[in-house]
Amino acid sequence: MAQTSSKDAFVEFERVQKSYDGETLVVKDLNLTMPKGEFLTMLGPSGSGKTTCLMMLAGFETATHGEIKLDGKPINNIPPHKRGIGMVFQNYALFPHMTVAENLAFPLEVRKLGKSEREAKVKRALDMVQMGAFGGRRPAQLSGGQQQRIALARALVFEPELVLMDEPLGALDKQLREHMQFEITRIAHNLGITTVYVTHDQTEALTMSDRVAVFNDGRIQQLAPPDELYEAPQNSFVAQFIGENNTLEGVVQEIRDGFAVVRLDSGEVIDCKPVNVSKAGERTLVSIRPERVEIDKSRLHPDAHTLKAEVLEFIYMGDIFRTRLKVAGRDDFIIKTRNAPDQRRLQPGEMIDIGWLANDCRALDA
Amino acid sequence: MADTSTNGPMMAADGTPLKQSLARALRRQKRRALLLTAPLLLFVLVSFIMPIGSMLMRSIQNTAGTDYIPDIIPNVVVALEDWDPQSGDLPSEAAFKAMAIDFKAAFKNKQHTQLGRRFNYETPGMSSLFRKSGRAISRLKIEEITDFKAEMLDVDKDWGKIEYWATIKANSGYYTGSYYMAAFDAERTIEGVQMKDPDQRIYQKLMIRTLWLSALITFCTLVIGYPVAWLLADLPLRTSNLLMILVLLPFWTSLLVRTSAWKILLQEQGVINDIWIALGFTERLSLINNQLGVVIAMTHILLPFMILPLYSVMKTIPPSYLRAAKSLGATNTTAFLRVYFPQTTPGIGAGALLVFILAVGYFITPELVGGADGTFISNRIYFQFSTLGNWGLAAALGTIMLVIVLLLYYVYDKLVGIDNVKLG
Repeated sequence: MAQTSSKDAFVEFERVQKSYDGETLVVKDLNLTMPKGEFLTMLGPSGSGKTTCLMMLAGFETATHGEIKLDGKPINNIPPHKRGIGMVFQNYALFPHMTVAENLAFPLEVRKLGKSEREAKVKRALDMVQMGAFGGRRPAQLSGGQQQRIALARALVFEPELVLMDEPLGALDKQLREHMQFEITRIAHNLGITTVYVTHDQTEALTMSDRVAVFNDGRIQQLAPPDELYEAPQNSFVAQFIGENNTLEGVVQEIRDGFAVVRLDSGEVIDCKPVNVSKAGERTLVSIRPERVEIDKSRLHPDAHTLKAEVLEFIYMGDIFRTRLKVAGRDDFIIKTRNAPDQRRLQPGEMIDIGWLANDCRALDA
Repeated sequence: MADTSTNGPMMAADGTPLKQSLARALRRQKRRALLLTAPLLLFVLVSFIMPIGSMLMRSIQNTAGTDYIPDIIPNVVVALEDWDPQSGDLPSEAAFKAMAIDFKAAFKNKQHTQLGRRFNYETPGMSSLFRKSGRAISRLKIEEITDFKAEMLDVDKDWGKIEYWATIKANSGYYTGSYYMAAFDAERTIEGVQMKDPDQRIYQKLMIRTLWLSALITFCTLVIGYPVAWLLADLPLRTSNLLMILVLLPFWTSLLVRTSAWKILLQEQGVINDIWIALGFTERLSLINNQLGVVIAMTHILLPFMILPLYSVMKTIPPSYLRAAKSLGATNTTAFLRVYFPQTTPGIGAGALLVFILAVGYFITPELVGGADGTFISNRIYFQFSTLGNWGLAAALGTIMLVIVLLLYYVYDKLVGIDNVKLG
């Protein structure tokens, strides 16, 4: 037995690199370990290498360097059809010349299962996605959401231990997408299968995953559970990519008691939590979430630094108010406040003081 | 108007019934559409429908030169009405008299040779009889003759041949089935219409050969064209564009040039045979002036017609289908056979139909490289009207081919469904 991998690793990428043209690396030194049963999302902008990673795992692309292991065994030289990995494609890839039931029976037929066993499994898979009555239809006769369910059922019908999904909800409208996000996670958890899900939609990534790997420029920028990713981004890319985010640029003045004082380029001084800055004099990009900005001075620490802000725009969004401010020379500073009976509705032109808890303001790499 | 709804018919804003206004609006649209397509319709009518109609007519019109036969020999037609060729007797004296009268008139109009040639299509020998008898009969004095039969037999003893008279009687109507009879390899004997001896049934043989070779050529283009189309659809754009140019290059070259090029390549002292000998073989291959030559040259010439529809269909099949099949556990072969191939059948259908129909009517290539046993029915049709001037038989053969192709199209539609044919 190979003992090189950690005990609960089911999927492993070890120093994987991929280049298509021999000049640039699409995936740079990728290391990733997934335990069995995890729902992991690869999130990133297009061209960040996430789909390439998925295709290498599925076997449609070969790694230029490094090793990919499945359940402890290297799979670099195993062709896709022998990997036994279920896959849901972006455009569903349901075979148009077969009925829904024939589509589902296809993986069972190539595995030479008997007719009765096939039928039972197809029926179970269709029931699982609540499409039991649609076995006789052609894919073209189904709506987008229904096709999506069938594609999911087909990827699961042969009971793979690992399922890959390549932006499976991209073509659906918002409401259906949200519903399917829930459906997919429910089914994945019920069956206990390991799932690698690729998307560029951060909401999808946050709501569905056990862990999210944020990709950029061929590297994983951060691999963490959704809450950690949102609340404690490790670098400015992650901070800006996940959720809405205000950034201010400045230089670290001093670091004391685990807190940093940063002098912004416009002259103001603010309190931050140093994340990847270590000493005074370093340039930094300060990141603060819109909903963590405090406009009620009485709720801040008496010694806390505050900034002068001019209200530029007030947007009523129903559950929240979204206010655009001019802060430290930038006019794209956003704050979000809850729509409550006692909440202030800021008027354009108004001058206010804003501040925050130093813990919520993260000094990241410039 | 019987309207069953309780509220009466729906009304448009101006009070006219809605159906009526809709029909008016649609009519306007249709009229404009028709006007736009009018030049094409006119062109199709003049250059396609009318020639085909005229071909269909020619295959049954009973003419010699430009006139109908019963108009040239009206008296003979009447006189032969009661004569039965199977009785074994020559026609009556009246028939001979009628022939003398009509023949004189025809000679005056210089129609007697055309008449002879027309009858000669069915009964060899009649052309020379009519030609030779011309002057002699024209000199006969109708009023002074008492025994026309003897007089005519004196002019030429062949006027005593019953089968000649039988041919004349059989062709005394304005319309005739003689051309179709000939096209189906039948002949008229004294006992009636009979099939020719099997070894003389040339049209049947030619038609079967044409259909068989066309089917073979279609199959060859499919076998060769399918991988090329797949490459075209699958390769990156730059490479596939280059390949596309290679596919289309023959398209841009004259048909005659391409066929001649094959002649140079395939002939006995040609390039391929020279290489063959250089490889150490002693016997030269006969690659041209036979059916093999026709199949090789026509497969090459018709290849683009198979590749292009295939390519346009394959282009629409996303690569994710094959990937999906493989991820579901199918080997490359299974994925191709069960997932990719079935989706290309509309392209195969379109390409096969296109190539087959083009091949069936092909003329130049079989003419140039076909030799004796590689000619098609079209070559025979050409021979009939250009060399023999037998437009009727050419038209009949053409009509039969048209019917066969339409019939095959119908069967194809029943088997494959013409909706499943996709040109792109």
